[in-house]
Amino acid sequence: MVSLDLAVNAVVAGLLLGGFYAAVTIGVTISFGMLDIVNIAHPAFIMLGSFVAYIINSNFGIDPILIGVVMAPVFFLVGMAAYQIYFYAFEQRGEESIQGLAFFFGLLFVGEVTLILVFGVDYRFVEAPYIGPSLHFGFVDLPLRMLIPCLVSLLMLAVLQLFLGRTFIGRAILAVSQDRLALQLMAANPSRVKRIAFGISIATASIAGALLIIIQPVEPSIGRDYIGRIFAICVLGGMSSFPGMLAGAMLIGIVESITATFYGPSWAPAVAFGFLLLTLAVRPAGILGR
Amino acid sequence: MPRLLEVGGLGKRFGGFVALEGIDLAVDARERLGLIGPNGSGKSTLVNCLCGALHHDSGTITFDGRTIDGLPAYQRTRLGLARSFQLPKPFRSLNLIDNLRIPLLYTVNARPGPRLSDGAIGERSMALLDDVGLADKGARLPRDLTQVEMRKLELARAVASAPRLLFADETMAGLSPSEVEEILAVLVRLNEQGITIVLIEHIMRAVMSFSTRLIVLVAGQKIADGAPTAAIRNPEVERAYLGE
Amino acid sequence: MGTAKFWAASFVIAAAVLILTRALIANEYFFFAGYVVLQYIVLATAWNILGGYTGYTNFGVGAFFAVGAYSSVVLHKLTSLPVPVMILVGGVISGILGFGMGYLTLRLKGVFFAIATLALAIVAQTLIVNWDYVGGSRGIYVIRPQQAPLYGSYIQYLYSLMLILAWVSVVIARTIERSRLGLGFNAIRDDEAAAEAGGVPTLRLKLISTSLSGALMGMSGAPLPYYVTYLDPASSFNLSYAVNSVAMPLIGGMTSWAGPVIGAVLLGTIQQLATVTISSALNLLIVGLLLILFVIIAPNGIVGLVQARLRARLR
Repeated sequence: MVSLDLAVNAVVAGLLLGGFYAAVTIGVTISFGMLDIVNIAHPAFIMLGSFVAYIINSNFGIDPILIGVVMAPVFFLVGMAAYQIYFYAFEQRGEESIQGLAFFFGLLFVGEVTLILVFGVDYRFVEAPYIGPSLHFGFVDLPLRMLIPCLVSLLMLAVLQLFLGRTFIGRAILAVSQDRLALQLMAANPSRVKRIAFGISIATASIAGALLIIIQPVEPSIGRDYIGRIFAICVLGGMSSFPGMLAGAMLIGIVESITATFYGPSWAPAVAFGFLLLTLAVRPAGILGR
Repeated sequence: MPRLLEVGGLGKRFGGFVALEGIDLAVDARERLGLIGPNGSGKSTLVNCLCGALHHDSGTITFDGRTIDGLPAYQRTRLGLARSFQLPKPFRSLNLIDNLRIPLLYTVNARPGPRLSDGAIGERSMALLDDVGLADKGARLPRDLTQVEMRKLELARAVASAPRLLFADETMAGLSPSEVEEILAVLVRLNEQGITIVLIEHIMRAVMSFSTRLIVLVAGQKIADGAPTAAIRNPEVERAYLGE
Repeated sequence: MGTAKFWAASFVIAAAVLILTRALIANEYFFFAGYVVLQYIVLATAWNILGGYTGYTNFGVGAFFAVGAYSSVVLHKLTSLPVPVMILVGGVISGILGFGMGYLTLRLKGVFFAIATLALAIVAQTLIVNWDYVGGSRGIYVIRPQQAPLYGSYIQYLYSLMLILAWVSVVIARTIERSRLGLGFNAIRDDEAAAEAGGVPTLRLKLISTSLSGALMGMSGAPLPYYVTYLDPASSFNLSYAVNSVAMPLIGGMTSWAGPVIGAVLLGTIQQLATVTISSALNLLIVGLLLILFVIIAPNGIVGLVQARLRARLR
């Protein structure tokens, strides 16, 4: 007989996890969903964010979320630089997609190996007052180390949604994502807009990385688990839709949590990927459609 | 006598958007049929459904007396239904001769009957290129071609599959008047050789001079079907093109 | 050169290499390292059939490779079969896996296909990790037979088998390249819709490509348990196989059988040297950086550079 409080806690943990997964995925929703740039190296940037948070936190004791936010502009610039290379090498030449994919795959790998060379394969963690305590509502546990990242993630989502909808640049990004040709005909330069958008997508990795290391200790190869999760959520959510992406993230979070609770954590990685395969096979347009 | 292509009640939706609804049409062998309609009226969707690039949601398509509803595109080509693409889609890494070898190897040679030898394929490939004036560029790559040459390659590739019916999808878009004449001449010649041609075009002058019959599509529905001069004088057609 | 001549010429060269290296080289390490380089020739060639020829990027190389290895483990536990038979079985099983993957992903293009292959690899790895019969996550020890068939050490025997397999994969690739099938693959790569409209049965060809590619990859992994004697999921499903299988054809050149061979020999040798002299993590970094560099500067690989040079000289 399935114990009720175990099941409820699994679902709650899944929701919190899903909220965090949204932070991880939002960057790819922008770069891939909106700009059609197959940045499979996004997990590498997230891991970079985690390790940056680790260094600064362990040396100066600053709160990791604060680090993530403060470092976001730096990541933004890195993202813009990365886009410039990508643009020069691929978009301008109109190269086939294999080269673009190989480029980002190489980047993912170089990122992971560099982190291994610098930090080794040990698990690293950060210290913060909210890692440890939990809120309790009856038999439901809300660990703060999961609740706070979830809330920060939702906040980031809301901010980005407002940015895209209300600011001039935000709307330009939406325009580019919907109709490249029209934008070009209007003599707006899509590559400048795309560069900014890509910068933003990498900036989110700074924050997502900080959230990740709050939730769990990290070591460089964890990034690989996230490739499938990120794209699974992105596709499930219908590629460029924020609400869809959030729904997809929650769904994956819940299913992973339940699987880990009742079948053991070693089955959890297969969940997201299994979901992805199913979605791609049955409904390539995602659950909320495109 | 069954007509070459018969379409009954064809429908296609994309999610909530109805692209085609209740399309009935027929094409006779050796005909020159024009298909016109404003942008977004569903012309390309119709071609895609008929050729198998898209699955239609309702209705039946019969080609040469045979229902082709479930058939994948490559089998429809082998039965004799060919199309050229609106935006030319050449095989970029292959030279022109090899571009034509594909339909020769995979359509002509896949049909029952004697197979063409490698030598015969090479010859026929050159002959097809010669027909469209590209014989001297056989060893070049598609990226070395001009716009109008790409369109000709596109047509040559469709013709290479030895079709009974050819859909020429906006082959002349964006071309100069003399280039339009060149393409029209090719199409007329193909028709005289026995190929039924459905011309999907925006350039009214070309469509009117070429077509023996005209079909007009507006917002996914067929609103006119008949002699060209009568069809465009249809008040609904005028309204669709000129507005209320 | 005609296909028959190529088979003959390459056979002579492969046989010569085999006989000479085994007769003249006494250093056992050469055969240890040579096995790995030859294994990469097979992996890179196999990857290129689906990647370079047909245009579908497979990141799940580890799955096919490891399935080949683990099928040998199962056979080893159940019965005693000669390694060549295990290679064939590994090939069949991985080929079926490739067929299944092709069927599941038939509607996917570009990055969706690539991500799906990654997903497949993770699912396969998770299944193996949870399968205690083959050791699960703890791994399994495999004991090499005492005696190698014919003469020489067991490693020399595995090296010989891998060399034969490398020759087989290269002639298969070359034969496909010049055949109607190869032209069909290229058409799919260049424009799948136009290929389909031209009469190419794209689904069927894609399934052939994924099955053949997967089978060859599985065959390259089948002798692995005897080579390493300790097999575990983490190392056999390692993403480095995927990175190498992508990097080698890309750096060598994806349009020809020669590209994967050049890339495998070059990168494989560099890595073997680096592992010994520097560290194994650093050598993976080198592969990754070379991949990025080549993909930006010379996307058609070494073969592409040579071809461009020749074309320039002919003008």
